[in-house]
Amino acid sequence: MKKKILIVDDDMDYLFQMRSKVEQMGFETITAESQAEAEKVILEIKPDLCILDLMMESDDSGFILSYKIKRKYPDVPVIIATAVTAETGMTFDVHAAESTQWINADLFLDKGIRFDQLQREIKKLLKL
Amino acid sequence: MATYKILIIDDEPGIREGTKRILQNFKVDYPFMDEQIDFQVLEAGTGKSGIEIIDRELPEILLLDNKLPDIQGVEVLEYVKSKHYDIIVVMITSYASLELAVKATRDGAFDFIPKPFTPQEIRASVENITKQIFLKRMTQTLNNTGKQIRFQFLSVLSHELKAPLNAIDGYLKMIKERQFGNNVDAYDEMLDRSMERIKGMRQLILDLLDLTKIETGKPTQKLETVNIRKIVQMAVDTIRPYAIQKDVDVYINSRESIDMKADPGEIEIIMNNLISNAVKYNRTGGRVDIFLEKKEDKLKITVSDTGIGLKLEDKEKIFDDFVRIKSSQTREVTGSGLGLSIVKKIVDMYQGSIDVQSEPDKGTSFIITLIEPENNILNHSK
Repeated sequence: MKKKILIVDDDMDYLFQMRSKVEQMGFETITAESQAEAEKVILEIKPDLCILDLMMESDDSGFILSYKIKRKYPDVPVIIATAVTAETGMTFDVHAAESTQWINADLFLDKGIRFDQLQREIKKLLKL
Repeated sequence: MATYKILIIDDEPGIREGTKRILQNFKVDYPFMDEQIDFQVLEAGTGKSGIEIIDRELPEILLLDNKLPDIQGVEVLEYVKSKHYDIIVVMITSYASLELAVKATRDGAFDFIPKPFTPQEIRASVENITKQIFLKRMTQTLNNTGKQIRFQFLSVLSHELKAPLNAIDGYLKMIKERQFGNNVDAYDEMLDRSMERIKGMRQLILDLLDLTKIETGKPTQKLETVNIRKIVQMAVDTIRPYAIQKDVDVYINSRESIDMKADPGEIEIIMNNLISNAVKYNRTGGRVDIFLEKKEDKLKITVSDTGIGLKLEDKEKIFDDFVRIKSSQTREVTGSGLGLSIVKKIVDMYQGSIDVQSEPDKGTSFIITLIEPENNILNHSK
């Protein structure tokens, strides 16, 4: 059976592109355009992996969502994809003790990531 | 209630005891301070033990006798200075000489109290210093929040600038890699979306320029008498092609000529933003009504639409930077999220007000009141 990947992003173009890429990799996708919509989705469905945008309704929607997903499904890997990186002075390190404690995301990715890199990361997290 | 620590260093136990009594129930307040400040009095009989307490407790205020059994008071003062401690020092001394006063002042003493002193003298000095410390801390806090807001603005801005680039970049790659084979329609759709994002980015840059003009504008600015009606007409003409495309009618309800002293560029920014919002967030076949009224020095601008309206909780947020209300009805509408925040800043410069009346799915009215400045100068530095 195909693995289900939940993609959450409030940018409809990014969402469309990510969905096409992930489907090309041979996965099934579920999409949501906001933190609120994603929260409803996870009540019904347990995805195999989640790719979340960071800034949606609020600046830290992705963090909150990650926290909630991990609380409900501790074994589901979470990737946070963001355009906010070093040049803003805001750097996130998933392995920094401080952030992992509550956000619990498995991986932070820059939105400009290449297709093959993304595929490799997803496979690693799904242990494929 | 905040408590400031006061350290008294004096070798006479009577003076220490007396000062403690004078200050222990003393409270300082300012009419605009949220809280009263009271004091905790610490004491030391020698210079060296005083320095130990300074290092440990970091008091806000130091009352310092110059004649101490071990080291001189001015040496304690030098120590405080060398450590860059943020402590205000008052010298208490019975043998005040001009030479000592000059040296102590040079080393940062704030005040002198001659011995013997009255309770009133001590209280007056402490009150003065307390207000000084309070204001200094308040200023620091304000500066820090200012910096914080700036930083937040920049990081969101960088996000807003990168998002369209990423979207366009992504589409171009998909087109280049022929991800949809020979499905030309799919590529057309991607090109349309790319152009839409470029449009959004162009708008963002224009809005940023407006914002920069307002924020870095000269502290004062010359105003001229402008015909508001004419500016509104121009703004309507600008939006007309888009309004036709959306099948929205725009009406101006006003006298032929409404004159007011203003910066024409700023009035234009207000009108462009309000009218384009009223068209953008309207329904197909809807209408926009603009009413202009001037009574004495008050100009009232009302822009009403028959659009999607605002939820109560969203009404509060729309004037913040980069806020865009997201819903299935707005997902295709592009915008920078800066327009209304710019409008608000200009309205504030004219000591005006904004009222928003809205009902979901019925429409929204923005009612703006501007006060005509008394002379030809608008003060930006408020």
